[in-house]
Amino acid sequence: MTVFTKIPKQVEDAMERWSGTTSRRDFLKNSGLLVVSFGTAAMAEASPLVPRSVAQTVAAEGAGPYQDPDFRQLDSWIVIHENSTATFYVGKTDGGQGTGTAFRQMMCDELDIAFDQTDLIMGATDLTVDQGGSGGSDGIERDGWTMRRVAAEARRVLLEMASDLFKLPVDQLAVADGVISVKADPSRKVSYGDLIGGRRFNVTLTGQSINATTGKATVKPVQDLKIVGQSLPRYDIPSKVDGSHKWAVGATAPGMVHARNVRPPFAGAKLISIDESSVAGLPGFIRVVNKGNYLAVVCEREEQAIAASRQLKVEWQKPATPPFPNSEDLYQYMRSASPTSSSKPDVVGNPDAVMARAAKVIEAEYEVPFQGHTALGPAHGMADPSGGQMTIYSNDMKSYGLRRGVASFLGMPRDRVRVVWMEGPQLYGRTAADDAGFEAAYLAKEIGRPVRMQWMRHEETAWDVKGPAYTFKLRGGLDAQGRLLALEYDARSADYNHIGYNDPDTVLIAQLMGRRPAAPAAGSARTPSEMYAIPNRRVTTHVVGLPLVWESPLRVGNLRDPNGPQVTFASESFIDELAAAAKTDPVEFRLKLLTADSSDDEQFKRRRSIAVIKAAAAEYGWDTRPSPKPVGKGPILTGRGISYCYRGRTVVAEIAEVEVNRETGHVWVKRFVCAHDCGLVINPGGLRRTIEGNLLYGLSRALHEEVQFDTEKVTSVDWRTHPTLTHADTPARIDVVVVNADPNPKRPDLPHYGAGEPSCKPTIAAVANAIYDATGVRIRRVPFRDERVLATLEAAHEAS
Amino acid sequence: MSLITLNVNSRTHTVDVDSSTPLLYVLRNDLGLQSPRFGCGLGQCGACTVIVGGNAVRSCVTQVSTIRSEITTLEGLAKPGTLHPLQQAWIDEQVPQCGFCQTGQILNAKVLLDRNANPTDAEIREWMAGNLCRCMTYYRIQAAIRRAAKTMADARLGSGTEVSA
Repeated sequence: MTVFTKIPKQVEDAMERWSGTTSRRDFLKNSGLLVVSFGTAAMAEASPLVPRSVAQTVAAEGAGPYQDPDFRQLDSWIVIHENSTATFYVGKTDGGQGTGTAFRQMMCDELDIAFDQTDLIMGATDLTVDQGGSGGSDGIERDGWTMRRVAAEARRVLLEMASDLFKLPVDQLAVADGVISVKADPSRKVSYGDLIGGRRFNVTLTGQSINATTGKATVKPVQDLKIVGQSLPRYDIPSKVDGSHKWAVGATAPGMVHARNVRPPFAGAKLISIDESSVAGLPGFIRVVNKGNYLAVVCEREEQAIAASRQLKVEWQKPATPPFPNSEDLYQYMRSASPTSSSKPDVVGNPDAVMARAAKVIEAEYEVPFQGHTALGPAHGMADPSGGQMTIYSNDMKSYGLRRGVASFLGMPRDRVRVVWMEGPQLYGRTAADDAGFEAAYLAKEIGRPVRMQWMRHEETAWDVKGPAYTFKLRGGLDAQGRLLALEYDARSADYNHIGYNDPDTVLIAQLMGRRPAAPAAGSARTPSEMYAIPNRRVTTHVVGLPLVWESPLRVGNLRDPNGPQVTFASESFIDELAAAAKTDPVEFRLKLLTADSSDDEQFKRRRSIAVIKAAAAEYGWDTRPSPKPVGKGPILTGRGISYCYRGRTVVAEIAEVEVNRETGHVWVKRFVCAHDCGLVINPGGLRRTIEGNLLYGLSRALHEEVQFDTEKVTSVDWRTHPTLTHADTPARIDVVVVNADPNPKRPDLPHYGAGEPSCKPTIAAVANAIYDATGVRIRRVPFRDERVLATLEAAHEAS
Repeated sequence: MSLITLNVNSRTHTVDVDSSTPLLYVLRNDLGLQSPRFGCGLGQCGACTVIVGGNAVRSCVTQVSTIRSEITTLEGLAKPGTLHPLQQAWIDEQVPQCGFCQTGQILNAKVLLDRNANPTDAEIREWMAGNLCRCMTYYRIQAAIRRAAKTMADARLGSGTEVSA
């Protein structure tokens, strides 16, 4: 059994062999960077085939206090060992998109060191500076610059040291693969390890914030980057396929016990009484822990905790009024509810007057349900209270926030709490990993032993954080030539009481204990991100709340691309409806809307929009014609649809080709094409796979995912009642085109933008538009499950 | 509690657990094998898959006392120094994202190829449909299965003998 709170002897020995020195530990101790990383030799014992570098952070010895690593010290970011290998420390987390590999590539390039001579430690709050963990697809876009700058500074300092050594100016020296040589006499050379291995840089950096951290060095021009741009294999994959990978779910500690929650059976229920005798005699039973409506059982063994959580007799009182409408009535409720807040309408031109004299006005409403994270592995966390400290092993993407939140929640000094980030299932957004981490820490403090909290499937699916449901109403006015003159967009989002990350007042255990912030967060409804030049426009947004505000399983927060798929489904479906009304090809219709004169900034964004749309159409082999195509004769109808959007500074166009079975309503996306411009690409292979996953994630939300509920509780609680995409849905073909339509693609400071979320954003709309092209029937409510598609087709058939 | 003997990855273990304990928890918590993972506890997602007597078995819904054959977990799939062709294909295709489900994906694919050395795309989809992945790596998984099938076929041709996988 792996014990993470002590370094196993064989690992220590292996580490020393790997580092080639016994001073590394001392160095780390002295530098405050005590850490064990599983390097080659350590992993080689478990597997002969893993690469030398595995970003497996394993806990340090010692009981704190856990100071924040000083971001203004170069030593907090980069350590060079005597054998000329380097370890990079970054305050980010990798959700499986290979950002760790990409960060290493960027830092290796700036430091001039071979990729396989480096290792990377991520997201351990006492070892890596607080770069916020992950979120917003901004790791490469923003934090990558910080990492490049500190690595460039390390290279500069090393060059100066070599300059002193050789008594030559820096410009007479060359660097390659961690060796500095004299240009005029390459036999005179010194390695990074010989210059500084095992010692501290002691170089102070500047910058008002962590993101602004910099040294004196400038980063390399893009043209000089050699490792960036290569499809290097991810360092974490070998251990994930040979079974040797260490996960947060596997974290253990001596004396660890197992906990399970007991959730209210009805939303908003009040706990009246607990019959502890119903479980007291069970083997391994330790304790029932209760405060307010929060309830958990703790047992010695995992299966015992599960059994106890099921057998515990509890009396709950239902709330006096229903907590929410049932899911079939949700949209009607949202449309008729008084908004909790509304935006001031954003008006361009004179939409009312223009709409009144338009040759054709069309109108449509769209509906998107609550959709959940429903991670493949339910939320979990392990908390160890040894020595009056609290160490939490978690896959939470924001490990720093978890540390701050737990310290506040437990009333512990922050320097007594640390979070060791380890990998886990699917971390994008405000997952329930936050909640499980708090629960584990609370219970560990109560019990006085290390506690492993593991949510069950029904908890994860019913109680995890939901992306908000939306209703939309759009109107568009076309002139006699089919030009779009005016557009009105009105969105309602069920986003009231939007919960933040690791907030000690809104995390689920706090809600159930009755702890509340002064007021719920207002939430928001978002607007389209396309760059169409529409002369007259009105954009209005509203937020609505459900009757039960607190302790609700329909609690809203950030889901992967929190509002994008919903908003883009409506806006890009409607553009397609307008194109059809104008009897214009959907690609052509979009391109016309993007060619208007405008300010420089908009031109830049439009140029990139046009480039991805054209690239997608070319890759697909798009035949120019209006949608829908003439409806075919057999049971299988085929069609194609396009959709495009921005997310941040990344722009994406997608084409879906579908087969619709009109006898069953089944939709299969046979082919996807995605044209993607995220600026400078760090790892093309990694980008491609990230996009593939995003497309299918968007497809899962398009075809399957919907949180369902009656007027008492969430009723979608497992993979049968809450289906997800499966192997059977997988497209036969996915084509990815990487575009860079920067006006000056050769500029030396070409930026790198985010790619973790943008390509899941336009997918639902592309599929809906393809279904329309195939069938001539517009489907305006997500998801497009077989029975709904069939009902929509039949209703359209009856109406015609 | 009762003493139960299991043969896992060619090693024999005896554990003292309640006979109704799901095999998953014995593998993870008593034997320290991390590859089978809890995903649903309902046999719906495949994250806990192990191979028992040549069959892909969902260890979260299998009582430990019912095991009569040798168990192979992902940790036991490679031979010393050599990955199974499926594991190598998973690396070559760079399949995993978070990687949490990949244990079950690989082991279920192994059982498929053991029974059907050259599956069609439709057969792969159908066989694998019960193994869920929320990072949605399905496209790459299917490519990796095709790649491994080809590698294994080539090896059989090359050696002229049946390669046991």
